[in-house]
Amino acid sequence: MDFFFNLPLWVQISLKGLAAIAVIFPIAGACSLAERKVSAWIQGRPGPSRALPFWIAWVPVIAPIMQKLGLFHLMADGGKLLFKEDPIPGHVNKFYFVLAPIVAVIPALTTIVFVPFGGYIDQAGQIIPLILANLDIGLLGVFAISSLGVYSLILAGWASNSKYPFLGGVRASAQLISYELSMTLSVLPVFLWINAPGQPGTLSLAKVVEFQSQPGFWGGAWFVFLMPISAFVFLVALFAETNRQPFDMPESEADLVGGFHTEYGSFKWSLFFVAEYAHMTVGSGIFVLLFLGGWNPLPWVPLEMVVGWLSGLGAWATHPAFVGVLSVLIFLAKVLFFIFFFMWVRWTLPRFRYDQVMKIGWQKLLPLAIANVIVYAIAIAFID
Amino acid sequence: MAVIEVERKPLTLAERTYIPQILSGLKTTWKHLVAPTVTMKYPEERPPIPPGYRGVPTLVKDPNGREKCVSCQLCEFVCPPKAIRITPGEIPPDSEYAHVEKAPQEFEIDMLRCIYCGLCQEVCPEEAIWLQTQYSTSGYTRAEMVNNKKKLYELGGTLPDQHFKWDKKKAAEEHGNVH
Repeated sequence: MDFFFNLPLWVQISLKGLAAIAVIFPIAGACSLAERKVSAWIQGRPGPSRALPFWIAWVPVIAPIMQKLGLFHLMADGGKLLFKEDPIPGHVNKFYFVLAPIVAVIPALTTIVFVPFGGYIDQAGQIIPLILANLDIGLLGVFAISSLGVYSLILAGWASNSKYPFLGGVRASAQLISYELSMTLSVLPVFLWINAPGQPGTLSLAKVVEFQSQPGFWGGAWFVFLMPISAFVFLVALFAETNRQPFDMPESEADLVGGFHTEYGSFKWSLFFVAEYAHMTVGSGIFVLLFLGGWNPLPWVPLEMVVGWLSGLGAWATHPAFVGVLSVLIFLAKVLFFIFFFMWVRWTLPRFRYDQVMKIGWQKLLPLAIANVIVYAIAIAFID
Repeated sequence: MAVIEVERKPLTLAERTYIPQILSGLKTTWKHLVAPTVTMKYPEERPPIPPGYRGVPTLVKDPNGREKCVSCQLCEFVCPPKAIRITPGEIPPDSEYAHVEKAPQEFEIDMLRCIYCGLCQEVCPEEAIWLQTQYSTSGYTRAEMVNNKKKLYELGGTLPDQHFKWDKKKAAEEHGNVH
């Protein structure tokens, strides 16, 4: 521990960053496998269940289970995408064509620095969030950086120099800009509620979780119960922002071949996918933090309470490492459920038509979000 | 016929929000998610073949091991895609089956042409060609996809015979009544 804190600051920061990327990159990769499995199960198929490398095939019980779950397809997929030929079509603008997938991944992986993914309790009984950059701008930083992701779609669509990717890029930009508004407006009531007038304000996500872990009926209620409309609008906008079904206009295989990544193949294509899944992961993480109590296991049962129950079992239960791992696991479980929910919805709903997407965004969701902000602003003004 | 006016009710508020529909859809997909799979793990599990299935055409032998085909070439003539090619041949006089008319010297069925219609089986007067249960053929070359006589008998094997037509004919001949 001391060795780590004696390292130069930039080494510490890079190590932390690499650790976070080392978690989110495999999650993004595993999502592609999970997507194949979930779609298979929903459609009554067993899904990918064949790959079995020879060096593990001799293990008796575990290997068949892993094979049945298709875990080795993850490696097979990754290896294939990494090593297959990576053609650049002759008619593209090479510089921007290569730049687009890089621009897609960087913001997707950068947003993780603003997301607290757990917490531990120090000697003073204070909960210290585990976060790469505990800045006050918090959520604003996430919004600012994640919306840079749209540039990769526009770049990819434009640099491909072909009509389907171009249409996909145009749709992506229009859609993302439309839903960004509702998304930002939907979280305003949360921050109106946690920031009292006259005190230093914050947009930190860790503070939001702290607010949801207070004792008492109103303190312990997750914001999804206090502000269901906000949660709903945020969720719908999240689906649109991550280009997931039923809002996957930029891809829409039926009318745009592959959308903005039609001309891409192998590793560059897989980078777009990693970016999409990383957006999904971070987006679900933010939803969990804002509305589902972050690392608190159940509504009205904050983490401190659970640690208090466990502390009777021994000193290890209050050790910061144990509490930290427990909180990260609780948080990850919620995030993974949300990723599953994304897939579940994908294989349930058909894609909206483009004009329907615009109509829902501007005529339904945006007025709803604005009305929600006004109602909560008035209500909070009365309560305070 | 009278025109029946169907009343078109305007959508209710719940229907217009689309949320109950989404929830019921999620319920449906969840049911499918937990339900057992309906597909078959193909090469390991094979589907049951119903009786009367028309698989790959094969040549069969009778229970005594005699090849039943007498190379009358009816199947070759009836075959719509012209997949069958027969080279007729004589049976040597010292053979056990010398009383049978003829036997094919070579019998080829081009499985790239065959349409599995079963007309050859239907037309065969000797019940010598049968479309049996094998449904999957593959090969690396066009030549491999042509089943020759040896392959056809391997695939066909032996089927039970209810008539033993040529044995009866031989016995009748020996008793002096040819017909």
